[in-house]
Amino acid sequence: MTRIIDHPVLGKLNDRKKIPFTFDGKEYEAYENETIAAALLANGVRTLRVHEESGTPRGFYCNIGHCMECRVNVNGQSNIRACLTLVKENMVVERGKQHPNIVKRMVENP
Amino acid sequence: MIDVIVIGAGPAGLAGAITCAEYGLQVTVIDEFVRPGGRLIGQLHQEPSGEWWNGIKESSRMHNEAQKRSVDIRCGVSVYNLEKDKDCWNVHTNIGTLIAPYVLVATGAAEFPIPVPGWTLPGVMSIGAAQVMTNVHRVEVGKKGIIIGANILAFAILNELQIAGINVEHIVLPEKSPLSQSAGEPEEVLKSLLNASHLAPSPILRFGSRFMKNKGFRKLGMKFYPKRGVKVNGTPLQLRKAALEILGKDQVEGVLTAEIDASGNVIKGTEKIYEADFVCIAGGLYPLAELTAVAGCPFQYVPELGGHVPLHSEKMETPLEGLFVAGNITGIESGKIAMAQGTTAGISIAKHAGKGSTDINKKLDQALKNVHTVRQNAAIQFNPEIANGRRRIYELWNDLYGKRQDSLQEIG
Repeated sequence: MTRIIDHPVLGKLNDRKKIPFTFDGKEYEAYENETIAAALLANGVRTLRVHEESGTPRGFYCNIGHCMECRVNVNGQSNIRACLTLVKENMVVERGKQHPNIVKRMVENP
Repeated sequence: MIDVIVIGAGPAGLAGAITCAEYGLQVTVIDEFVRPGGRLIGQLHQEPSGEWWNGIKESSRMHNEAQKRSVDIRCGVSVYNLEKDKDCWNVHTNIGTLIAPYVLVATGAAEFPIPVPGWTLPGVMSIGAAQVMTNVHRVEVGKKGIIIGANILAFAILNELQIAGINVEHIVLPEKSPLSQSAGEPEEVLKSLLNASHLAPSPILRFGSRFMKNKGFRKLGMKFYPKRGVKVNGTPLQLRKAALEILGKDQVEGVLTAEIDASGNVIKGTEKIYEADFVCIAGGLYPLAELTAVAGCPFQYVPELGGHVPLHSEKMETPLEGLFVAGNITGIESGKIAMAQGTTAGISIAKHAGKGSTDINKKLDQALKNVHTVRQNAAIQFNPEIANGRRRIYELWNDLYGKRQDSLQEIG
């Protein structure tokens, strides 16, 4: 994915400050005042977490904080909405992880 | 000391905040998003006059005006509870509890999700999400897209995606199901599109709308609706195709579609896969009213307004003393209506707070008239029956509370 720099009605994007951050240990660049979801999409990253139980991939869905699908881990804090959180310099972001389902395992292997 | 807490920095909330501040009230506006403007900042369309409605410009204008009047605007603040304590409202947020005698709830609307199988794949998003990514964040959502769901919001945002150079290859319907309801029935979809025929996305629909008002013609029209669809600015609107499943392993790779009859039933053996790397689900909007429910406000179901809305007067009061509403929480309409309602709510609050001079009633009447004028001139009408829906809720208010306007304090 790429950014829409030149828009026929909204105009050209001014040069914005680039800031480094990491996602799952890999370094990326965001622009200042950009949300985690937007910065990652611009870098081609769509999977923001895996479903806690099934492990299947999830990305942002509503992009305005309603659906809770884009929960990531930010600087050690889990369940932060990537669509409502601005990237800060050297922020450490990690995808939401699969959780062990002890009860289900007990049912499967009694 | 805060006089008024406004929840939501969209067109209704900002207009309400500016008006309250003009009457000398101390206002704090809180909003969950990273910048003020609400859904206004995504909006971009050409008015019938040829002028552009640029939501980003409109919201900066309102933001500046609010700042000039010393309105305290705080973004990134989420409200999770709202309760009355004696004469004040406690607004519980992630930055602590804010307290004020007056609260304006202007939380706007949310999108109906349509859970098409495969909709949890990365690359599937609500149509509004694509709008925000494109116009606010200026990041491409993909190279090849499909919109599932044909309604006014979908066409407005399709146009915005096209302006930004984003390629949308098909508009199809969701498969008919208890969840998609009439959004999966071609005849019903055509009917709702024709109600907005003055801004119909295609000359054929505009031309046909006069004939199509007749049910018989509509049935015939659906029968002969071209399989390849009718082009909307280059994107085929395929009213006789339904999305059965969104396909992909780690992200969207395509959509399994099939032809459907005029009532939305799948015609077996017509399955076809469309390739895509993003999918937008357009289910339409409903009033985002949970906070008023938590506060204890009674509700009324008014389909013309978009669903369940908190009971309110034309002056934007609720039955709870000190609690006011404005904008899409009261019914789905355009941003301009939201602004006019916000102004009305602001004057109402000032009046309740004993502000303004003797002419405040006149100002309130003017504001009410202005809401009607703006509605009559609206370019985008989400529901053709909106005026009837409004009338119904105001009549209900007058029946229940009209005669005891002065004793409302006791209810709060």
